[in-house]
Amino acid sequence: MAGGDDLSSRSDAVWSEQGTTPDAIEAALRKLLVEVHAENDDFLPARVLNMIAFVDREWSGEIANRLRGVGRYHASRLVVLSYEPHRKQLDARVMIASEGASAPGELALLHETVVVELGDCHLDDLLTIADPLVVTDLPTLLWSPHGHHEIVAELLALSQAVLLDSVDEPVASEALDRASELSEQAYVVDLAWLRSTPWRERVAATFDPVWLRRELAMISSVTVRHHPESTVAAMLLVGWLASRLGWQTGSLVADGDALVASTDAGGHNVAVRLEAAPELQVPGLEGLTLETESGMQLGLSRGKGGLRAHQRDSRGEEREWTILGASRGETGVLGEGIRQALLRDPTYVPALEAARGMLA
Amino acid sequence: MAVTAGRPTGEPEPENPLTAGLERLPVAPTTLVIFGATGDLARRKLLPALYNLAHEGALPERFHLVGVSRKEKENEDYRGECEQAIRRFSRRTPDEAVLTSLLDNVRYVPGTFDEESVYSELGTVLDEFEQEAGEPLNRAFYLSTAPSFFPVIVERLGSSKLAQHDSGEVRLIIEKPFGTTLEEARELNRRVLAIFDETQVYRIDHYLGKETVQNMLAFRFANGMFEPLWNRNYIDSVQITAAEDLGIGSRADYYDSSGALRDLIQNHMLQLLCHVAMEPPVNFTAEEVRNEKVKVLQAIPQPTAAEIPQMSVRAQYGRGHAGGDDVAGYMQEEGVPDGSTTETYAALRLEVDNWRWAGVPFYLRTGKRLARKITEIAVTLKPVPHLAFSQDGSLGVQPNQLVLTLQPNEGVSLRLGAKIPGTRMSIRPVNMEFLYGTAFLSQSPEAYERLITDAMRGDATLFTRNDEVEAQWRICDPIVKAWANDVRPPTPPVASYEAGSQGPEEADELLLEGDRWRAI
Repeated sequence: MAGGDDLSSRSDAVWSEQGTTPDAIEAALRKLLVEVHAENDDFLPARVLNMIAFVDREWSGEIANRLRGVGRYHASRLVVLSYEPHRKQLDARVMIASEGASAPGELALLHETVVVELGDCHLDDLLTIADPLVVTDLPTLLWSPHGHHEIVAELLALSQAVLLDSVDEPVASEALDRASELSEQAYVVDLAWLRSTPWRERVAATFDPVWLRRELAMISSVTVRHHPESTVAAMLLVGWLASRLGWQTGSLVADGDALVASTDAGGHNVAVRLEAAPELQVPGLEGLTLETESGMQLGLSRGKGGLRAHQRDSRGEEREWTILGASRGETGVLGEGIRQALLRDPTYVPALEAARGMLA
Repeated sequence: MAVTAGRPTGEPEPENPLTAGLERLPVAPTTLVIFGATGDLARRKLLPALYNLAHEGALPERFHLVGVSRKEKENEDYRGECEQAIRRFSRRTPDEAVLTSLLDNVRYVPGTFDEESVYSELGTVLDEFEQEAGEPLNRAFYLSTAPSFFPVIVERLGSSKLAQHDSGEVRLIIEKPFGTTLEEARELNRRVLAIFDETQVYRIDHYLGKETVQNMLAFRFANGMFEPLWNRNYIDSVQITAAEDLGIGSRADYYDSSGALRDLIQNHMLQLLCHVAMEPPVNFTAEEVRNEKVKVLQAIPQPTAAEIPQMSVRAQYGRGHAGGDDVAGYMQEEGVPDGSTTETYAALRLEVDNWRWAGVPFYLRTGKRLARKITEIAVTLKPVPHLAFSQDGSLGVQPNQLVLTLQPNEGVSLRLGAKIPGTRMSIRPVNMEFLYGTAFLSQSPEAYERLITDAMRGDATLFTRNDEVEAQWRICDPIVKAWANDVRPPTPPVASYEAGSQGPEEADELLLEGDRWRAI
């Protein structure tokens, strides 16, 4: 990976070869694992998840940095296919790293990273390069953070889950269409969706007391404030409400700097408004306001130590409080994405389709 | 949000459609009151657990904590103590903003637990929180005090009208030990249930909060391959071990009045036995799971005075070696009274007299200052009926053994017979190992994090029911009494074992022919 800024700096065992083959890489992996285990039998390979990352070599340092931050959510075997168009030779490095020295009698898990440098001339045979490098019988997560849709299509044959970030696509409709298309072929883990998890949890909790559930049918307006480049995240949040509450989403139209839509909630309309929040420094959501026909209002916004809640009841009384929870940061969101590859959230696709309905 | 939006009308309430797909289910707004708020358990376990729940966003949207203890101090002082405990004992480094926000919602009520004024002040604080929130808050009272205070606190909560709440749930969480004899357990149940309904009571057995214990249910009931073998036809014996390499440390006061039987067997180890022996519940609701466990406990015959010497062994550790050092024996530990007969090791042989398990011995053993720390369940299968192989030059064919390790390295190991490479058909045992740590990305939460959340959510599955705790005592009580009354001269009533060893030789006498203890 670029400039030596890769995962080898924390590895316990390293192998590299220029002009190599997938068979040689796979043999090296097996040999290194045997050596590390023979050295200390408290070191055992993690066997949870394969992750294939197809990255542009010039940006691979950045990707390495992001993956380094995911901590215990590191895939047990990470295969980085580092792409440089004009490269003619297949080079590879294998690193086996532990989470740290094990205490006596306790195990230390080994994670394997394989970096394969390849070029255009290898793309026709990409599947045969990647296939021997993943651990058989483990689920495989595919991530291609720099696009390359045709490569993703090919590597899907090896993968059960695909990691993407819908806010990375510059055009919202393309992002949603892309996620929808992939959802038909694999389980999609969308970081834009995961960023909204705390918000969805809090809205669900707010309306969980039985005497408040009826208010769900009376929601009259939804306003979401989002990072200027995270419109998709806001649409997914509205799509989630729509799909869970049986709303028929209407088309978004511009209203000044905002996007607005009128949504049919079965007997009454819900006014949807998506507002860009230029002050927000990170991708995702900045705030959410829900109003109901009874005059209640719930506001959530980012704050220190958790989301800041603002409530106005039907009598006009107002309250504010902090809902405790630490920010996960972008590396935390990526780690969560890797973990989610092993789970199944049945609400994403319906939310995605409802969000797509807002583009019709 | 506001409670004025529409109160219950008696109509069936709609489901909350927003919870589908969420990993963390909502927890109703709650005030948690910890009695014994400055004690060791609160500092080491409860406060760090609350912080970690806050960090993960798993506490209720509205959450307040009230500490109640005898020592006079101001709210600020108590907050400082909470902060110190969290920084010292939390499994993760605190996020400053989250910690500050959590501490902002902490209050302290000083006083002795029998003082009425404590409860009236507590009531005032609870009301203030509700006024501030503009909605009713559930109340959870956590009794983390010496057991002698449990009935006092419960009765004061009752007389001060804090045991019921018109608009919210009230829950009572009771730490162990739940009585020290069957009689005490029954009396405590009687006094608790005179004030609270059983559905409000959450008796803690923190073993049940461990992921490893819950995994046993997944192992048994999510894998079809074991169930056909899981009975007297194929299983020869079950051995449950909870061994510690440490001594009693500075806990002589507690430990000498408790002993190994009360400390571990009566609660934790009988729970493990229940998990091994229970029938599959119809579903995993609290009542169904606990019904099945109670059936197992009821199927264990209460030992008679004549049977106790044959089915139980107790011992104390003497001087020995641990971790390369010379270590003191129990009687030399600081604070242990002269002439103490408290056991630091206990082993039992129990039977579960039902269709599935009749005739299968269940061996339970626990001890301090043993060779190493391990908690495991070993299920030994019956030997094969006919052996076609010569055993010359081999270690011989041994019965299959399935070992579920709960700590330190949680996993499952299956002992199989395999051919030794070579020209002869010689067999030796090999292990097929599975380690949970290699197969999951997530870190297991602390048991108290799970238990506090479940209690606040009203899920009692991982808590011990009144009949369950009495059924546990029904088995152990005769042994406790027999040991207390055992003054057999001239041999000392309590056997001895060397610190750092496998335990007392006398434990071998419990074993039926052909059985042996696994090496610790």
